[in-house]
Amino acid sequence: MLNINNTENIENVEFTPELIGKFNEIVSRYPEGKQKSALLPILHEVQAIAGWLSVPSMNKVAEFLNIEYIEVYEVATFYTMYFLKPQGKYVLEVCRTGPCCLVGAEKIMKHIESTLGVKEGEVTSDGLFSWRGVECMAACGNGPVLQIGPEYTFYENLTEESVNQLIGKLKNNK
Amino acid sequence: MTRQLLLEHINVPGINTFEVYRRMGGYSAVEKAIKTMGPEGVLEEVKTSGLRGRGGAGFPTGMKWSFLAKPEGVPRYLVCNADESEPGTFKDRYLMTYIPHLLIEGMIVSSFALGAHTSYIYVRGEMMQQIRILEQAIAEAKANGFLGKNILGSGYDLEVYVHPGAGAYICGEETALLESLEGKRGNPRIKPPFPAVSGLYNCPTVVNNVETIAATVSIINDGGAEYAKIGIGRSTGTKLISAGGNLNKPGVYEIELGLPVEEFIYSDEYCGGIANGKQLKAVVAGGSSVPILPANLILKTIEGAPRLMSYESLAEGGFVSGTMLGSGGFIAFDEDQCIVRNTWNFTRFYHHESCGQCSPCREGTGWMEKVLFSIENGQGRSSDMDLLVNVAKNIEGNTICPLGDAAAWPVASAIRHFRDEFEWHVNNPVESQSRNYGLANYAIMANS
Repeated sequence: MLNINNTENIENVEFTPELIGKFNEIVSRYPEGKQKSALLPILHEVQAIAGWLSVPSMNKVAEFLNIEYIEVYEVATFYTMYFLKPQGKYVLEVCRTGPCCLVGAEKIMKHIESTLGVKEGEVTSDGLFSWRGVECMAACGNGPVLQIGPEYTFYENLTEESVNQLIGKLKNNK
Repeated sequence: MTRQLLLEHINVPGINTFEVYRRMGGYSAVEKAIKTMGPEGVLEEVKTSGLRGRGGAGFPTGMKWSFLAKPEGVPRYLVCNADESEPGTFKDRYLMTYIPHLLIEGMIVSSFALGAHTSYIYVRGEMMQQIRILEQAIAEAKANGFLGKNILGSGYDLEVYVHPGAGAYICGEETALLESLEGKRGNPRIKPPFPAVSGLYNCPTVVNNVETIAATVSIINDGGAEYAKIGIGRSTGTKLISAGGNLNKPGVYEIELGLPVEEFIYSDEYCGGIANGKQLKAVVAGGSSVPILPANLILKTIEGAPRLMSYESLAEGGFVSGTMLGSGGFIAFDEDQCIVRNTWNFTRFYHHESCGQCSPCREGTGWMEKVLFSIENGQGRSSDMDLLVNVAKNIEGNTICPLGDAAAWPVASAIRHFRDEFEWHVNNPVESQSRNYGLANYAIMANS
């Protein structure tokens, strides 16, 4: 759900010349006048910087692409990869679909929930972690699997121990 | 050993680089197509090969290409569907990760045949790693004169771009994919018009799966007739199978179509049998959308003939006793798996992924999810199975795109073949919370 009046909706991404340059390169992949095609990749770029998409950021994307604000909102609310509120620095996204569940994904999710001490979608008090179940990630041969944005690094064949190690490592990274 | 057309060089160190790929004979299909065959020649070879779409529908690729409208002065597009999201399917990720130039080479010959000068590879957004790999491969191909202006001095120009999705299963449906590529919500379009007439930016467009496009390379190199010799009947060539679930050796296998299912599951050359010494209970043979079959019906048809990994053999018996090859997402269930829980899980998936345009799908998937959840949690009623069949029947065929069918088939087939397990859940609400139903009779017979 998108709440335009949410007080968390601060302007949190600076559209630097470098970033605008990157946007222009993306727009150049599409025919003249079809710059709206660049919307999904540009939203990924914005989210990679701030960790989520605030309304002021989306408005600036709309202005850059010369489209209506609503055209950005309707896309951002449709696709599950876009976050519309702040997340933990590391978002652990665990596959919850059938093939991964056959090999223990539900146990892994319970373990993550108890280890981090927060429910699905909530952020730990130190701001480092949040987690959620996501649908099939096309890695069913090495389940259970989880991914961490913005580079969507994959961690496969998960066990409780490997999850502990991963969380420990990320904590040390800060 | 199965002939390997796609994965032959997958274990060659450095095959992900242009240099090694080229040294192993890569990009010879581009040279052959552009210098000696011409677009019509490429199309004829693909038609002769009998290649069928590898994304799930199995539509003849040559025929799809021949439908492409060619009005004067209007650009045509090739779009590669790399939005691999069908639960159980992970072959395209594998191919793009390890041998990306095979896809790029296929993109070039296919675009050449279709007369496209700009082509897109729509990769699901989570595959950021594969997006980087493909962008690198495109840059290498371009630096070596196989992409860009005047390819190999022929006067043919082509640019290939990678476009990321953002986590929507529905964008694997070709018209939803085109909407998404235009920067919109992934709502499937009403057909007709088909993309071949009005696709990307309302221009004639062909959308093909990663594996389909990659398969054109060996068809050009060896000829369509050679390709057609592999396989069985109208299931020509090789197919990548994503094997997952409770198998000793899950992974991606390239098989010749026509391989017996039993050999695929139990032979050490492939999956090596069921993990942990357990017995096979059921199989979903072509990705989560296709009907689930109990062990006896996946190994043999109802007439007792060995079931083969081919479009026709898997479909034998229709939906009464057969299934579909689909995308080749092969999911094996061992004796400890609960069919009710899995059916609920798959239905939750379809409810989550329904785009919401059509009421039967938007509402029906939610109802099915709720009913299945209550059965799974010991609150089912004896009328629920008929209710589920009824809802599934009212979704099927009543939606703009096939997601509705894809949501209905797993539920209808699970109840058709595993009704006793659903009834056991309803009749044993307490016991079903602490133990699984186990193997049904038909599975015991198949395993003995």
